[in-house]
Amino acid sequence: MRTDPSVGLETRLALYETMYRIRTFEKRAYDLFLSGLVKGTSHLSLGQEAIAAGFGEAMREDDWSFATYRGHAHALARRVPMAAIMGELMGRACGLMAGKGGSMHLTSVEHHMMGSYAIVGAHLPIAAGAALTAQQLGTGQVAVCFFGDGATNIGAFHEALNLAAVWRLPVVFVCENNLYMEYTPIAAVTAVPRPAADRASAYGLEPIVVDGNDADVVLETAARVLDRARSGEGPSLVEALTYRHGGHSRADPGKYRPDDEVATWLARDPVLRYRERLLDGGLEAGVIEGVERAVDDAVAEATEAARSSPPPDPDLLYRDVFADGGASWRN
Amino acid sequence: MAQLTYREAVARGITQEMERDPTVLLIGEDVGAAGGAFKATVGLLERFGPARVRDTPIAEQAIIGAAMGAAMTGLRPIAEIMFSDFFAVCWDLVANQIAKTRYMTNGQVTLPLVIRSGNGGGSRFGAQHSQSVESWAMAIPGLKVVAPSTPTDVVGLLAAAVRDPDPVLFFEQKSLYATKGEVPDGEVVDELGTAKVVRQGSDATIVALAAMVPRAVAAASELAGEGIEATVIDLRSLVPLDVSTVAASVAATGHLFTVEENPRLCGWGAELTSVVADECFYDLDGPIVRVTTPHVPLPAADALEDLALPSPSLIADTVRRRIG
Ligand SMILES: Cc1ncc(C[n+]2csc(CCOP(=O)(O)OP(=O)(O)O)c2C)c(N)n1
Ligand SMILES: [Mg+2]
Repeated sequence: MRTDPSVGLETRLALYETMYRIRTFEKRAYDLFLSGLVKGTSHLSLGQEAIAAGFGEAMREDDWSFATYRGHAHALARRVPMAAIMGELMGRACGLMAGKGGSMHLTSVEHHMMGSYAIVGAHLPIAAGAALTAQQLGTGQVAVCFFGDGATNIGAFHEALNLAAVWRLPVVFVCENNLYMEYTPIAAVTAVPRPAADRASAYGLEPIVVDGNDADVVLETAARVLDRARSGEGPSLVEALTYRHGGHSRADPGKYRPDDEVATWLARDPVLRYRERLLDGGLEAGVIEGVERAVDDAVAEATEAARSSPPPDPDLLYRDVFADGGASWRN
Repeated sequence: MAQLTYREAVARGITQEMERDPTVLLIGEDVGAAGGAFKATVGLLERFGPARVRDTPIAEQAIIGAAMGAAMTGLRPIAEIMFSDFFAVCWDLVANQIAKTRYMTNGQVTLPLVIRSGNGGGSRFGAQHSQSVESWAMAIPGLKVVAPSTPTDVVGLLAAAVRDPDPVLFFEQKSLYATKGEVPDGEVVDELGTAKVVRQGSDATIVALAAMVPRAVAAASELAGEGIEATVIDLRSLVPLDVSTVAASVAATGHLFTVEENPRLCGWGAELTSVVADECFYDLDGPIVRVTTPHVPLPAADALEDLALPSPSLIADTVRRRIG
């Protein structure tokens, strides 16, 4: 356990609030999926909350987030309104993108949440491009790109890391290693034991492996690599070890995972662990419960707002293919 | 007026836009110190420096991904894909990411970027460095697609593409790089989505693109000697598609021919044919006929490649047999 005195109580409570918000939102999203209100697919971050929360807390307000289809957590960590996310999952008019993107593509430019990308690996070079803007215009912003262990075996990962290193771009690549791709253990298809960190030296980077279920460790790591990027020292690659509590997507029961492995990781639940740490540190249970009640209420409210929102306006089908607002390809 | 080659016009267009707008930058393989694989970017590194003219690794996904990320955060990148056949190795970034993001985000993300690429055959490079792939791009909602045929159009349409708020795929026809033309002095800016009537005639309408334009014009000259007067339209842009210029000409001539460098299936002419059949049916005095490269990968041998690409005599012959 870490007791960095520079991390104040306010920050710790904020970290817990974000993790608890992600946890509660994701559970509700799962229920809504089972009841047929969330359609299509969704990929939850239950068990992986500390990574989104830790980075979200450390990032400057104008730093950019790039996430995968498992992106609800990152949108929530950037404080995108829950009703808009819930509405997007349900395909409603109040949705973040009015239902045109869906669960896998949550984007809120206003919150510097620059997208959730559903082709594995595609957003690593895109995040590098955002970092190029920061470098070129001298804005001091950093692009943070979250991806799974599976992405470390696709070409775009390697192309992006090399380019970012060669150009010393202010970008942080964060591998959320949850030990599985969809249903295959990452170890079964990867030449090295640490899918991200063991590749770092190929791009002249320090191998960094951290406990992704410890929000304090994530926060501290995030602060360090963001600093490095901001001071012009170039990119970093962080491998954060974690585990998803549920299946890959939708109603996948995750039966391909051994029971003892699941049990081991459930005992390292990042949310419960952090709650205990706050209590051990002397925080009153009442304060924590207050935070939790407020989140519970907000999630219920967001769910209700989304549920009562109408379907998107049919006109939207033909809007915003092009910047003139329309879809016209001819005169 | 200055005499410029098509390749010099590329550098002229990029220079014009980079001087005007400091957020424009050029990235690609060998575009800087080497001046481009086709010498189309000579002098730009010296003029604008290594921060704005950036040599990249051989990493097409990184090039296109970086262009997208830069465009969505405030720059106006021009990215180069050396040979258009190489779009196949970064097609995810083009077709899934760049093309779809504005729509999926309900208009939140704007991507003002240009991807330039050497396109098409005639250079004896063989099948992996020769295909005309503009119809790949035309098939994806969200992309604009441009292919100029003259140095002036290169400058003007490149400027229009850079200034356009949408992603534009800009196809430079490799077989035209050495061709010359007069380019006006001063700023040259054209408009996307406008076809050009390059020759007027009352008997037939021949629509062509890029390297097929001079071939269509040569065919029309040959036909004129026999008393057949053809209009030749340079389409210049596939998206947006200037249907009205084509339709107006078909109304006057009653005959439509397309000349396409792409392999047969799903070439741009198929879409144009369908639109004209649908909307101009009663103006037509005969079937619409497409002249294309046959549906084969392009062979390397000069004798075979020449046989594959639509030639002026094949175009003239096709028109002659239909309306002669
Ligand atoms: C290029 C590509 N190939 C395959 C898929 C299908 N797919 C979606 S998620 C996934 C697993 C990705 O695993 P990982 O990167 O570890 O991320 P996680 O889902 O564990 O967060 C796969 C194979 C895809 N979306 N894109
Ligand atoms: Mg995984």
